[in-house]
Amino acid sequence: MTPAPTSESVLFGKLTFAALPFHEPILIATFAAVAIGGVGVLGAMTYYRVWGVLWRDWLTSIDHKKIGIMYVVLGLIMLLRGFADAVMMRIQQAIAHGGAEGYLPPHHYDQIFTAHGVIMIFFVAMPLVTGLMNYVVPLQIGARDVAFPFLNNFSFWMTAGGAILVMASLFIGEFAATGWLAYPPLSGIHASPGVGVDYYIWALQIAGVGTLLSGVNLVATIVKMRAPGMTMMRMPVFTWTALCTNVLIVAAFPVLTAVLALLSLDRYVGTAFFTNDFGGSAMMYVNLIWIWGHPEVYILILPAFGIFSEVVSTYCGKRLFGYASMVYATVVITILSYLVWLHHFFTMGSGASVNSFFGITTMIISIPTGAKIFNWLFTMYRGRIRFDVPMLWTISFMVTFVIGGMTGVLLAVPPADFVLHNSLFLIAHFHNVIIGGVLFGLFAGITYWFPKAFGFKLDPFWGKVSFWCWTIGFYIAFMPLYVLGLMGVTRRMSKFEDPSLQIWFVIAALGAALIAAGIAAFLWQLFVSFQKRESLLDVTGDPWDGRTLEWSTSSPPPAYNFAFTPVVHDLDAWHDMKKRGYVRPTEGFIPIHMPKNTWAGIVLAGISVVCGFALVWHIWWLVAASFALLLATVILHTFNYARDFHIPASEVIETERARTRLLASAKA
Amino acid sequence: MATHAETPAHDAHGHGHGHDDHHHEGGGHHGTMRDYVTGFILSAILTAIPFWLIMGDVFRSPTTAAVVVLLFAVAQIFVHMIYFLHMSPKSEGGWTMLAMIFTVVLVVITLAGSFWVMFHLHANMTPGLHEMNGTTPLVQPENGAR
Repeated sequence: MTPAPTSESVLFGKLTFAALPFHEPILIATFAAVAIGGVGVLGAMTYYRVWGVLWRDWLTSIDHKKIGIMYVVLGLIMLLRGFADAVMMRIQQAIAHGGAEGYLPPHHYDQIFTAHGVIMIFFVAMPLVTGLMNYVVPLQIGARDVAFPFLNNFSFWMTAGGAILVMASLFIGEFAATGWLAYPPLSGIHASPGVGVDYYIWALQIAGVGTLLSGVNLVATIVKMRAPGMTMMRMPVFTWTALCTNVLIVAAFPVLTAVLALLSLDRYVGTAFFTNDFGGSAMMYVNLIWIWGHPEVYILILPAFGIFSEVVSTYCGKRLFGYASMVYATVVITILSYLVWLHHFFTMGSGASVNSFFGITTMIISIPTGAKIFNWLFTMYRGRIRFDVPMLWTISFMVTFVIGGMTGVLLAVPPADFVLHNSLFLIAHFHNVIIGGVLFGLFAGITYWFPKAFGFKLDPFWGKVSFWCWTIGFYIAFMPLYVLGLMGVTRRMSKFEDPSLQIWFVIAALGAALIAAGIAAFLWQLFVSFQKRESLLDVTGDPWDGRTLEWSTSSPPPAYNFAFTPVVHDLDAWHDMKKRGYVRPTEGFIPIHMPKNTWAGIVLAGISVVCGFALVWHIWWLVAASFALLLATVILHTFNYARDFHIPASEVIETERARTRLLASAKA
Repeated sequence: MATHAETPAHDAHGHGHGHDDHHHEGGGHHGTMRDYVTGFILSAILTAIPFWLIMGDVFRSPTTAAVVVLLFAVAQIFVHMIYFLHMSPKSEGGWTMLAMIFTVVLVVITLAGSFWVMFHLHANMTPGLHEMNGTTPLVQPENGAR
């Protein structure tokens, strides 16, 4: 049953001037600020003539290090957008009590909480996690790039393309007002006739291509490209968690792609997979999307566990306690993450037998996670702990994550879930594990690997300011939500009747303000560190007395990472090399075979964004044209045989001599 | 003591991105003509038999016929994996086998779990279904509450 088409023009589809939000003063002001800022940045880039450099050295680069950095930059930019949404919600909920309407109309508020969830998961957490894996994994396994370097560039641009589509929805049309998983029938064409859900679908489909391909890429890299001697049980823990995460990505993301494809068929051509009539079942959507959604949670947290493992053993100066148990715990979590999805919809009505099974599997998954916590604690026990910023994040994580884990086990009990589901208790729980786990891990990782990527350390003072603002701000922002949830306050409300609730929302808003200070301190830290980079310089390439191979090369590493492929004899390969008196080779260099930059990734993703935009607005001629162009470009790219080159030996010699001089000057 | 070794061969393998890098390491093989012909003949036979079973009305019961056809389909899957995808417990150092097992486990979990969950949801949560069929829901509503 296709809904009666509203007046669609052949040329512009559903797109009219009415789609531009002239009636929303908040959006007009935002748009003006973005436009002025954007013109300023573009003007400055033209003035300083950085376009050529940007294009040659970054946008078309297939160097895994540069792609990793671009992922992290994308994640941080989108963090600002997602956090702006969070602040708007906290202010609205702090003032809209006892008859006050607040400043956001309900329809706008609904779009904000949807965009907040979508952006924070898909365009903040995922790019940051993928970025760190991209940067670190090839260095940790002694490789020169990932298995498929062009695919890596393409994956990044598809992820960025999805982000662009979400951002476009802010100013052209609207975003979904359905919650971050867009359950039908609310996301169906009858309840959501606008373009919001279509933006959601196509942004996630485009970004999903990137995520899936980057998963394939990193699995192949880790399985096939480890340095000689690095057996599976000699792999650094971060590489292990990256492997498990990417296996999860490859296994889980096709489910998301399929379920969104079915939803788009329901919306576009009138099929009845998830409708209330013609035999459709909206419950099937919920079931399928959580078969992807629960592994997604572990896709995000496993690399964070890996980061904490690296950080703990480095800053305690000890081999990680229980390496083997850590690996097995990771693998067990990988498998178990597929057996718990129903705990996201205990209340949908599966009955006691099904709920008990999934409640118990959910409780079981806390066992390997608990084992990990003990491994980190025992690594710290009798260690010579250095309280640098990454270690602070790690300690704060351990405390915060255990609290979040315990509320999680509480929610795993179906009767308790019947009381607490859809309440602010749930919101507090998952922010507790995502901020306290994933985000703290990412900040630890960024601070830890920053000197490797840029050649100078981050300023510790502002790092600590950011750390304390985030940690304290988190508790002030989310503990009140636990209280409110226990009082029965439901999520996604834009106003409240009961004025006695207001004080808790005001406290939460203050916490959000403190977190804002934490984000500002982080950005300020980047600026200050750049200013003071001479005094924060990392000459040796091993600023933290590291233990894994990425610290054996220079900071930043040369394009080829390692002049000679390292040979691994033990776990913690670099620590082992240092212990056995490793001498860096200074001669015998040979040309190095490397992949060549290509325009294809950014161009293909750009065409995909145009195609997605056309699909959102039903501009059918543009859909056909851009899709044809997409295929033509792919075929054209396959005829590009000039994909590799050799870095001449002379260039390698020059790079390595410069490093020799630098190391000598550091010793003197 | 230098722990670096010159391994140009590893380098060439590790960066197999070029158009001319079609070699494999770790025991992956491309199969011989004989493999492909064997696979083709087996596939053709395994396709022809189900056609004959149905068109010749060999089984009286359609259920039996469906089960037998499905068994031939499973056999067909294995023929494709062995002769066309060159999968064996040893190929790629055991990685293809491991990936295969993992995939099968996940597919079974997803399908079996979804059937189980959706069966219960359907039985408990579809209004009007029980009045029509005269069946009772799996979970009796307490105190007559709906």
